[in-house]
Amino acid sequence: MTLLEVIDLWIAYDRINAVRGVSFAVGEGEIVTLIGANGAGKSTILRAISGLLPAARGSITFAGEDLLSLPAHLRTQRGIAHVPEGRGIFGNLTVLENLRLAAYGRSQAQFRQDLREVYRLFPRLAERRQQWGNTLSGGEQQMLAVGRALMSRGRLLLLDEPSMGLAPMLVREIFKVIQRLNRQGATILLVEQNANLALEVAHRAYILENGEIFLSGPSRELQHHPRVQEAYLGG
Amino acid sequence: MLQILGQNVLNALQLGSVYALIALGYTMVYGILTLINFAHGDIFMVGAYLSLAAAAFLLGLPLGLPLVVVFVGAMVFSMLLTALLGVTIERLAYRPLRQAPRVSAVITALGVGLFLENFTLGLLGPEPRHFPSLITMGVWEVAGLTITPLQVLIILGAAVLMVLLDLLVGHTLLGMAMRAISYNRPIVPLMGVSVDRVISLTFAIGSAIAAAGGLLYGLAYPVLDPYMGIRIGWWAFIAAVVGGIGNIRGAMLGGFILGAVEIFTPMVLPSSTYRDFVAFSLLLLLLVFKPTGLLGRPVFERV
Repeated sequence: MTLLEVIDLWIAYDRINAVRGVSFAVGEGEIVTLIGANGAGKSTILRAISGLLPAARGSITFAGEDLLSLPAHLRTQRGIAHVPEGRGIFGNLTVLENLRLAAYGRSQAQFRQDLREVYRLFPRLAERRQQWGNTLSGGEQQMLAVGRALMSRGRLLLLDEPSMGLAPMLVREIFKVIQRLNRQGATILLVEQNANLALEVAHRAYILENGEIFLSGPSRELQHHPRVQEAYLGG
Repeated sequence: MLQILGQNVLNALQLGSVYALIALGYTMVYGILTLINFAHGDIFMVGAYLSLAAAAFLLGLPLGLPLVVVFVGAMVFSMLLTALLGVTIERLAYRPLRQAPRVSAVITALGVGLFLENFTLGLLGPEPRHFPSLITMGVWEVAGLTITPLQVLIILGAAVLMVLLDLLVGHTLLGMAMRAISYNRPIVPLMGVSVDRVISLTFAIGSAIAAAGGLLYGLAYPVLDPYMGIRIGWWAFIAAVVGGIGNIRGAMLGGFILGAVEIFTPMVLPSSTYRDFVAFSLLLLLLVFKPTGLLGRPVFERV
């Protein structure tokens, strides 16, 4: 079943058409990745889905509902959980407060329950729960950002460059968590510069160039596509 | 001599409480919008008039209501209506300019202030109004100091409001949302939080606290005029900057410092007319040596 459907999406950013007529779909339970060079429009697409940027044209449907007519905070409440580029941790809130705020609109009991889940997934966050957000290391911030997305009970996780700036060991840890969440039923749309890694975990992939999709298919096939190997896999 | 000093410390605390309450509104709005709401002093003025209207109405009823009831009634009425006024101003005047250059919003704020002053002037005329006395006029002698029930009421009332606000910002979901907005507004909708709603509530709370300040001020200095918000607004604004604008506890500290400046200036300098000179000099010196104010950075923070 299709959970997210994007049709002929155009996004103007700084008066440039950063995304030009992109169409793709994410099925329930899938991990789908958008791959492309810097400035190809990957993050821009995620920001238009979660409502941080307006779309110039096209449509975005989530679970059968038109998203473009909803403001960003209602899209979050409908089940879109966006982990933004740079993680967006609130440095003047504690780890626990960051998580509590992400569960905005949900009851204290539900919050307690999900908090245990997040702490089980990331024991590190439990240790640091009273620390200010701006005292966390890069890896801890990424854990907190993913933890926040889980607190909102998102049906669709939009992950923007989760590997950015992290040591290789931490990257593997984060990607293990991503796969684990997916096995537990989360649908994931992943944006990555590390194409190797992204194709490793994703079921399907779309390759973006200059704001347009130029290749798509199952990750296994794209991994061996000569054009992809040449441009993104250093092969 | 020591007695005079003690007495003046008490007076400074009383006046500082009022400045602190008004400074909170400046600092809260700045904290989440980085906008100086120059109409805030006039919102305080409207709050004082609404308190007066409610008190006069309740006193005029042939019920012989106890003064406590009149006081509480006036406070609730004025806080609610002034909150509504603050929300309306934000909605009509500031929200459409959210994406506009900051200077447009600042000029609009000045315009809103002028509107409130002249609207009140047109409605009520230029004659000063007298605030009814709502508290018995006894005097207590404590350790050689004379303390009035009014002084205690003002200082305690302001303290209660400040503690409540501090708890709200530090420990509630709304407070977390306010702090999050001051730190990184664009990300906040991703938490499922409506930024517009939090901004509206911030204006409501800041304006309601200013209205409480208006009532307490009216009791202590019982002459109201439509321009009273200008000078007091400036002083509260200086208080907010001195404490570190955007910082809740800084606004409280700044309020008490400005209260002290006003009370102690005539003790040191030949006349109280020097008080504005002293206050603005303090502001300028501080901006040179510690531009972020006494309590640090311009964000909502728990210290």
